[in-house]
Amino acid sequence: MSSLVKTIVKRLAWAIVVLIGLSIIIFCLMRVIPGDPARMALGPTAPEEIVELYRERMHFNEPLPVQYLYWLNDVAHGDFGQSTVTNRPVTADIAEFLPATLELVIWAGIPPIFFSLLLGVIGAMYKNKWPDYLIRFSSYIIIATPAFVWAVIFLLIFGYWLPILPSIGGRISMGFTVPPVTGLTVLDALLDGQGAAAWDAFLHLFLPALALSLSHIMQEARLTRSYMLENSAKDYIIMMTSQGVPKGLINRKFLLKPSIIPTVSIMGLDIAAIFGNAFLVETIFNWPGISRYCMKAILGKDINAVCGVVLLLGVVFVLTNMIVDIVVMILDPRMRQSRSK
Amino acid sequence: MDNTIDISLANQQTAANDAVLLEVKDLSASFDVYGSTSHVLDGISFTVEKGQRVGLVGESGCGKTTTLKAILNVLAKNGRVDHGAVLFEGRDVFQMDSNELAEMRRHGAGMIFQDPSSALNPVFSVETQFLTALKYAYGVGTPKQELRDIAIEALNNVMLPDPERILKSFPFQLSGGMKQRVCIAITIAAGRQLLLADEPGTSLDVTIQDQILRLINKLVEEKDLSVIMVSHSLGVIRESTSHVNIMYAGTVVESGLTTDVFQNPRHPYTVALMACLPKLTGAGIAKGIPGRVPDYSKPPKGCRFAPRCPYAKEICHNEKPARTEISPGHWVSCYFANEVI
Amino acid sequence: MVNNAKRYWLKFSESKISVLGLAIVIAFIVLAFIGKYVVPYPEHIGSFVDFNNASLAPSSAHIFGTDVMGRDIFSRIIGSFRNTLLMGVIVLIISAPVGFMIGVIAGYNKGKLIDTILMRVTDIFLAIPPLVLAMAIASILEPNLTNSMLAVTVMWWPWYARLSYGIASSLRTENYVIYAELTGARLPHIIFKEILPNCLSAVLTKMTLDMGYVIIMGATLSYAGLGEQAPAPALGSMISQGVKYMPDQWWFTIFPALTIIVIVLGFNLMGDGISNMLGTEES
Repeated sequence: MSSLVKTIVKRLAWAIVVLIGLSIIIFCLMRVIPGDPARMALGPTAPEEIVELYRERMHFNEPLPVQYLYWLNDVAHGDFGQSTVTNRPVTADIAEFLPATLELVIWAGIPPIFFSLLLGVIGAMYKNKWPDYLIRFSSYIIIATPAFVWAVIFLLIFGYWLPILPSIGGRISMGFTVPPVTGLTVLDALLDGQGAAAWDAFLHLFLPALALSLSHIMQEARLTRSYMLENSAKDYIIMMTSQGVPKGLINRKFLLKPSIIPTVSIMGLDIAAIFGNAFLVETIFNWPGISRYCMKAILGKDINAVCGVVLLLGVVFVLTNMIVDIVVMILDPRMRQSRSK
Repeated sequence: MDNTIDISLANQQTAANDAVLLEVKDLSASFDVYGSTSHVLDGISFTVEKGQRVGLVGESGCGKTTTLKAILNVLAKNGRVDHGAVLFEGRDVFQMDSNELAEMRRHGAGMIFQDPSSALNPVFSVETQFLTALKYAYGVGTPKQELRDIAIEALNNVMLPDPERILKSFPFQLSGGMKQRVCIAITIAAGRQLLLADEPGTSLDVTIQDQILRLINKLVEEKDLSVIMVSHSLGVIRESTSHVNIMYAGTVVESGLTTDVFQNPRHPYTVALMACLPKLTGAGIAKGIPGRVPDYSKPPKGCRFAPRCPYAKEICHNEKPARTEISPGHWVSCYFANEVI
Repeated sequence: MVNNAKRYWLKFSESKISVLGLAIVIAFIVLAFIGKYVVPYPEHIGSFVDFNNASLAPSSAHIFGTDVMGRDIFSRIIGSFRNTLLMGVIVLIISAPVGFMIGVIAGYNKGKLIDTILMRVTDIFLAIPPLVLAMAIASILEPNLTNSMLAVTVMWWPWYARLSYGIASSLRTENYVIYAELTGARLPHIIFKEILPNCLSAVLTKMTLDMGYVIIMGATLSYAGLGEQAPAPALGSMISQGVKYMPDQWWFTIFPALTIIVIVLGFNLMGDGISNMLGTEES
């Protein structure tokens, strides 16, 4: 197991390097915009001396690397500056909106894995029969549809024509109050013993999460199916069959595991894509999440907010990738060695 | 009167048949490949008696591995038997129900695959794979400790040091030679009577290959097993087999005692094969055999070797030659076997 | 050469749906070029106002209906193809070779410092959720077509770097590469003559599939108001403007959405066909 720990430590170290690189890029982007940041923060009517004082305080007159160090220092202390849109510290904004997005991404990222594996296995088992054709046919169309288009479609169907699922309106219906322990509504409701509230929150999550994950479910299903078919012809499967091991056991255990590993390892990229798509889906569903906040910040040129969110998302993304890698390492023993070749 | 004669004849047949473990009878098999059909095996016949070591020699692609897979009825999904039968202890493996087939695979015959690296599942430990195979060979209720003991004993038998460590290892942690030994151990441990060795050691160093071959020979002697040894190397066959079948393009062209066939080859292909061996005495550099292996999707109507045969006459191209016994136990499929130098 | 081409076509056309994809793609490209000459209302593509005919449902005069400004939606959709195609082509023409070169150089020199540096930089770019970076760049700079193309290019190249890195680092142990080195071949020769031909099929397949995804990315950006600005037509922005009028004027959003789906579908199907043709595995 210690090789596992060593690998984790190494990845962490690299993750920090990557994050620092990311912060440098964001910072440079931040300072590259045309215009005077001090003036933009204080508005056109502020008197010049105040603006100058502001420049001093914000170190805008210093050379860029020095500014970066100040900024890094601030960030290390949890200060991302002030949002020009909400006029609150960015950290406060993030704390308020991040959990909503996290919950959405978790629901859009994790349960779909089981569906995609299921669909992939069905496709492989019923190869070239109607379940397989149905899955493959629909997957072409589903994959070609961007997440935000799904969001619009769902809004149309469930918001207007068949309002059986809540669409717009936030995370939970009026009338339910859930003490915010983790910020993840379903979890909090369950912790508080409010089953009905948890169910309600889940219903609210369903459509946006589905819109975000549909495309990925089908892509992973295709991959799983293709790996299952490829692996079923491999020698190690034939060997087991030739030894008289029952087919059912081979399929459930010895064929399934090597086939799902490559798919699981893509999960990290999927979650990144989901984060990206969450921007629009949140806006469409009016979901009070970080992405919607960031969208407004981007359109409103709220630089502090944008950088804070981007850096934060970078952290989340790097962490997620690490977790995915660890899961893959647990599943696939070959990955536990640090690659020395 | 007729009945009595029939019965005594039948008795004689049974007595003779008791010694025959495996009989491949006029086996023809083909594969569906991208819309055309590849007629790989064409009328293969040979027998293996208890305690015999039978060789199957031929160039790559002549159907040796396919024959082995047919014996265990593990042909690929796109393959099928067109004609003939494989009788294991008198029962046709292609007519067996799933219980009989499982029984035959668990206790009857076992295959050692050509490439040990692909024969073991990369994401499971040796122990898991070994014990699973043993569990079904010895009965599902067998306690795990007992299975472990059997496994360790088998690993000792194949001269692997530190069996405990091997059990805990994953395939990628073992060398090629070790993996091959593990595969042999798994096949032998269940107490099967017939070993199907597919080019053992071919993918390994020559010295390791030698060790593996010696190991197989030792085990065969110790446990009085029967072996079908597949190889493209005449040297290996000469040393390790008592009987040999020379294969060309999915047909058996010559068969008999290894000593007979090597000293007195009668089929033009066998003669040419022997001539290919570099010799220390006599003519220097070996000659190749002009021409190419036939296209299996459009195989020759008559003898499959006729297009390349220096002795071929018209009848050879039009009608398949039948097996004739040119001396006791020595069979050749050629019209002109007696004229071959 | 001709025989090869024929063989490739036969393999490609084995799957009827790949041919369908090819047909869609060809139609898309052709319309991107000649669109404004063949649509019924070419002047609607730019700024045009006709409030008398605003918000008309689909009819024989306007097959996709008209929008709030009275512009024919069908003509605008066809008119948007040009910029859509432009974005796809420019993004891929720049990001694929750049990413490829970076990946090949890193992969070929695997283990050395240059490999680590290049790949870490790639990792950094990959660490940012794709859309976030594109949006950040496109919004910090002025929102227009050029900047959004720039943004998408910047976030796209790492994928090609990854792809070619994997292939190059395994190929460099191949014999023919080692022979080339031993006979004194210099780096450009090795890259272009030895490594590139072997990556080509994977890269080409990916490029075809990517066209669809770049188009989706472009639509997403224009949905967010980045990308080409009004009154130029863009599929994404048409959808975002139409959402407000749902469900009554459903044709504002449904037709642009369907168009996106069909175009991307075309590229995906064609990409599968190319993958079969060149013998790569689905990945």
